[in-house]
Amino acid sequence: MGAHSFSGKVAIVGAFDTPVGTIVGKTPMELCVEAGLGALADAGLRAGQVDGLVTCNAMAQPLLYHAEAMAEYLQIFPRYCMAVGAGGGTTFSIIHHAASAIITGMADIVLVSMADSLRSGLSRDQALLVQSSTGHPEFEQPFGPTVPAYYALIARAHMAQYGTTAEQLAQVAVSGRAHAARNPAAQMRDPITVADVLASRMIADPLHLLDCSLVSDGGSAIVLTSAEVARDLAQPPVYLLGAGEGHRHEHISQAHSLTTSAAREAGERAYGMAGLGPQDMDFAQLYDCFTPTVLVELEDLGFCAKGEGGAFLESGATLPGGALPVNTHGGLLSHCHPGNPGSMFALTETVWQLRHAAGARQVRDASLALVHAQGGIMSSHTALILGREAG
Amino acid sequence: MSKILPRPTPLSQPYWDGCREGILRLQQCLDCTRCQFYPRAVCSHCHSARLEWRAACGRGVLASYTVVERGISAAYPAPYVVALIDLAEGPRMMSSVIGADPADLRVGAPVELGFAEWSDEIQMPVFHLIEDARGELS
Repeated sequence: MGAHSFSGKVAIVGAFDTPVGTIVGKTPMELCVEAGLGALADAGLRAGQVDGLVTCNAMAQPLLYHAEAMAEYLQIFPRYCMAVGAGGGTTFSIIHHAASAIITGMADIVLVSMADSLRSGLSRDQALLVQSSTGHPEFEQPFGPTVPAYYALIARAHMAQYGTTAEQLAQVAVSGRAHAARNPAAQMRDPITVADVLASRMIADPLHLLDCSLVSDGGSAIVLTSAEVARDLAQPPVYLLGAGEGHRHEHISQAHSLTTSAAREAGERAYGMAGLGPQDMDFAQLYDCFTPTVLVELEDLGFCAKGEGGAFLESGATLPGGALPVNTHGGLLSHCHPGNPGSMFALTETVWQLRHAAGARQVRDASLALVHAQGGIMSSHTALILGREAG
Repeated sequence: MSKILPRPTPLSQPYWDGCREGILRLQQCLDCTRCQFYPRAVCSHCHSARLEWRAACGRGVLASYTVVERGISAAYPAPYVVALIDLAEGPRMMSSVIGADPADLRVGAPVELGFAEWSDEIQMPVFHLIEDARGELS
């Protein structure tokens, strides 16, 4: 099967995050370059050795040819070069495309670098555009749905169908913050309680302010190469063992289910390629733009049964030291969320965890992880399985 | 700051014309007989291009909803309701529920079509909770 061809044959060999939060005085391109060079230095590689470059556009600095602009900035001349745009799902879907490029010989060393400045770089008009650009322009946007409102529709449906509570949703935010408290790089580190989440301002019922992710500046990058090349580089390789995508809709009003997402197919395909299952994962990074996404993803990725996400969260399983630590860096809810690059930080964190270099927040004996991202409104999903060993 | 007005296309113009006449029009496939929303050039179920417009009965149920407390702009004074409506004919659409106490909303509640005038050109399809014979919300 072609789908099995890159399992264990491609590895992440470099990872780097810029500072995150409010980063004044740097453009998104400057952050993107800083992240990219940092990841290359981590791998022990020079920019001139990069022959594949993948970026995503920046809302605060939109460019027609973003990846080409970054290559020009660094004066590197890749043979595989593209800026991708699939919202929050961008980061992970491109990893398996890049892996395929390495396997087929289209590139040997691929730098994936992404940055944006949603916190300090957006004009009022740009911010409004970001807010309203999601949604069908003719049949959804006129009703005034905000981004939190779309996810509130998912939360409300799950509550009605499975009896999930606002307290259980809040546990996602509490868990993310508990991880962030152990991460000096996180934007928000003060521990919070379920009561704090429920007492925060209502944004779109049932979602409170603390059910919503951060707005951040920041950049993050990884370097991908073949397992053979990886053996001679500076860091222990982190192998890509499985990858899968699932796509069910663009607009939430067209979703066939509000409570089951294409994370299910993405996960099944990734587990299938890796020959592993959810029970094998030592931790997971799940896309957490709003608390209900983690609830649905825990179920769809097989970590608990459909409808039992609330109880799973309530059990404390996702907390530091729990049965399945989730978003060990603090996630989009507490570490940072600069938009499309957001899940890059979950990927770099996974690399550090699997190198056993995550310091105070190290998941003990971590050897396998699932990382997941979604774009749109639970529309496009990608799951990756990463490991310390090639298989 | 004004509301986000839909911009009809040649394909969707009959839909918006219908709204101006107080009718919610859906496309029905002449081959597989299923209805669809939003309007498309082909049936999304069987991909036949043989579609015709039919009037929806205007009844549906709330598939989900949210009360938006932080509006998208000054043109949308909060709180307001964003809802997904499952129409009796099958398709689901986004809309709003107006004139209801948010505390009375619940998933599965029956709703009925109405229209809100947004401009000379645009009447927006919106929904009301249906009251039963005792004047209570069902």
